[in-house]
Amino acid sequence: MNAATELSLEAAFAESQVADVLHQLDAELIGLAPVKSRIRDICALLLVDKLRSQLHLNTGLPSLHMSFTGNPGTGKTTLGLRVAEILHRLGYVRKGHLVAVTRDDLVGQYIGHTAPKTREILKRAMGGVLFIDEAYYLYRPENERDYGQEAIEILLQEMENHRDDLVVILAGYKDRMEQFFRSNPGLSSRVAHHIDFPDYTSAQLLAIGQLMLQQMQYTLSREAEAALGEYIELRQAQPNFANARSIRNALDRARLRQATRLFAQRDKPLSAGDLMTIAAQDIRASRVFAQAVLGRTS
Amino acid sequence: MRLTQGAFSFLPDLTDAQIAAQIEYCLQQGWATSVEYTDDPHPRNTYWEMFGIPMFDLRDAAGVMQEVNACRQTFPNHYVKVNAFDATRGIESVRLSFIVNRPAEEPGFGLIREEGAGRNIHYTLGRRA
Repeated sequence: MNAATELSLEAAFAESQVADVLHQLDAELIGLAPVKSRIRDICALLLVDKLRSQLHLNTGLPSLHMSFTGNPGTGKTTLGLRVAEILHRLGYVRKGHLVAVTRDDLVGQYIGHTAPKTREILKRAMGGVLFIDEAYYLYRPENERDYGQEAIEILLQEMENHRDDLVVILAGYKDRMEQFFRSNPGLSSRVAHHIDFPDYTSAQLLAIGQLMLQQMQYTLSREAEAALGEYIELRQAQPNFANARSIRNALDRARLRQATRLFAQRDKPLSAGDLMTIAAQDIRASRVFAQAVLGRTS
Repeated sequence: MRLTQGAFSFLPDLTDAQIAAQIEYCLQQGWATSVEYTDDPHPRNTYWEMFGIPMFDLRDAAGVMQEVNACRQTFPNHYVKVNAFDATRGIESVRLSFIVNRPAEEPGFGLIREEGAGRNIHYTLGRRA
C-alpha cells in the first residue's frame, strides 16, 4: 500500500471530534456499561465505513435506526440526545437535533388525520433524530380500527426511503417493546441496533444523585450522604421506582425542605455554605423513611 | 414567454441542489416555508393554491424538497413556487418567493383592449388562449 492511500483511523477519529462526546458520555452518564460499549461499537463501525468509502470500497448505507429498551429513568432520552450529537459529528445526520414525540404527536383523531400529522413530524425530524417514546402505544391490537397502524406504516415507508435524511429511535419498557416488535416484524427488521438499558445499582444511583446536585450547585453534608444512601436502598424496594428520575424528584423535595429550614431560621445570618448544603434532616424528613418504619412495626 | 415572477426568475431554472440550498438559507433564518401552485400565473393573481399546509419548525431542507417534488409530480404542468414567511414582529410577511417548476410550454399573456365610455381604450393583460 502506498502512502497516498494509507489511511489513519486515528486521524479520522480526531477529525470527527466524536471523542469529546464519548468523553462526555463517560463523565455524565454513570453506569450503563453495556450501552456505552454498544455506542462505541457503532462509532467504530461508522468510522471504518467512512474510511472504506474514501477508498471506494462498498459500504452500503448503514441502517442506523435503533431501539432503546429499559425501565423508566434509565437514561434513554438522555442517550438519544447524545446519539444525535455523535451521528451529527460523524456526518450521518446533517443537523443533529432530536425531535422527541409520543403517540399523540403521530396519531390523529379521525380518518385522514393521521397521515398528514405523521408526515409533518417526520419532516420536522429530517436531518436529525426522531425519538419515539413509548413506541408500543402506536400499536393497539385490541382495536382493529386504531389509527396507530397507519402511523406505523408511514413510519416504515419513510424509514426505508429516507434513510440518509432521518434516524428513528424507538424507546420504551423492555417487555412491552418486545411484544410490539413481535407484532410488527417489519419494524423490528428495520431496526438494526437493539440496545437494552440495565437498572442502576444503589451505588450508581448515589453517584448520579451527587452529579445532579453538583450541576445544581448544591453539596451534601457527610451525614446527608449517608442518609441519601439509605434513602435509595429503601426507595428501590418501593413500587413505582423510576431510577434516576426518582432520585431527581427526591433531591428536588430535599431542596424544598432545605429552603423551608433556612426560612424558619431567617433571623440568623447565612453563609454561602448554608445555602449550598443539604443536611441529613432534609433527606430524613422524607415519607420513604416514615413508611419504612411503619412497615417494620406493623 | 418565460414567466418572470419572484426571485431568480431572470436566471436559468435552479437545479434541485440550488433550490435545496435556498430553502436551507430560509430555514436558517427561521422562516416558515410553504409550497404553492397555480395554472393562472397572471401578475394580479396573488393567491395561488396551497399545496399542503405551511411547514413550521423544520430544520432541514429535505422535508421541503419532499413536498416540492410531490407537488411537481401531482401538477407537472403548473407553476409551482416556494414561499418563505418571516414571522418577526414588524415584518410578518413573505421574505422570499421563487418559482421551482414551470409548465413545458408557457403561453404567456396577451394584450386586451376594451373600449369604455367616450371611446376611451382600456388596456389589460389577459391569458393567451
